[in-house]
Amino acid sequence: MVSETWYLVLSAVLFSIGVVGVIARRNPLVIFMSIELMLNAVNLTFVAFGHRLGSPDGQALVFFVMAVAAAEVAVGLAIIVAIFRLRHRLSVDDLAAMRW
Amino acid sequence: MSVAAFALLALMAVGSALGLVLKRNAIHGALFLVVNLGTVAALYLSLRAEFLAAAQVIVYAGAIMVLFVFAIMVLIPGKEETGPDPRRPYRLLALPVGAGLLVELAAIVASSGGTTRPPAPGPPGGVEAIGRLLFTDYLFPFEMTSVLLLAAMVGVLLLARRRAD
Repeated sequence: MVSETWYLVLSAVLFSIGVVGVIARRNPLVIFMSIELMLNAVNLTFVAFGHRLGSPDGQALVFFVMAVAAAEVAVGLAIIVAIFRLRHRLSVDDLAAMRW
Repeated sequence: MSVAAFALLALMAVGSALGLVLKRNAIHGALFLVVNLGTVAALYLSLRAEFLAAAQVIVYAGAIMVLFVFAIMVLIPGKEETGPDPRRPYRLLALPVGAGLLVELAAIVASSGGTTRPPAPGPPGGVEAIGRLLFTDYLFPFEMTSVLLLAAMVGVLLLARRRAD
């Protein structure tokens, strides 16, 4: 029997890898996928805590996270496609228009 | 869940996450992410969250990843990260940041213990318990989710529309 603590450790590792991906990569699509990785790590934490406490609340919260993630991906990818249509390049280094 | 099975799944999850971050080609990263989502679904199963395991496969590995692969195919990937990187020193800062975060999270997990609480009184409930919860305690957030999805749909249509001019 594996205790929930190991699930928490695993999700901490996955979250950190996702953070590294967000900071280190140049392709906005990969950055988006790293964010998905981080969301998944958090979901795993929710489920592990729900299991430890014996309550379904954690799973209900994961349901909401999934819905928000789906909406976020759809809008984010649409923005990326719109930017690509405008500039025909795709690197986060070029996206400095909103920097002051 | 046996320790060996958990170790195997954890190894697959971490390995595929590293693959996503380290592989230069975005489509390889997407496939690694699919593997990662699948292993997380298996971990959900091991935590008695059957509904979420199914939803994970359908929503994440199904819908969201198809969207990603579509976007990668449309946007001609792989060219944007081949040239010399003028900001390489800054990007390498990601490693200490990630390592520091990992140490911090591990310290939190270690300090919270986890052996203090008695084992859960049983499975946290299947689809029925979650559905009951969603339509009673979480009814308002649930309805807001539908509004959010509608807003996202309208927003995407607006963004993806070709300009008339």
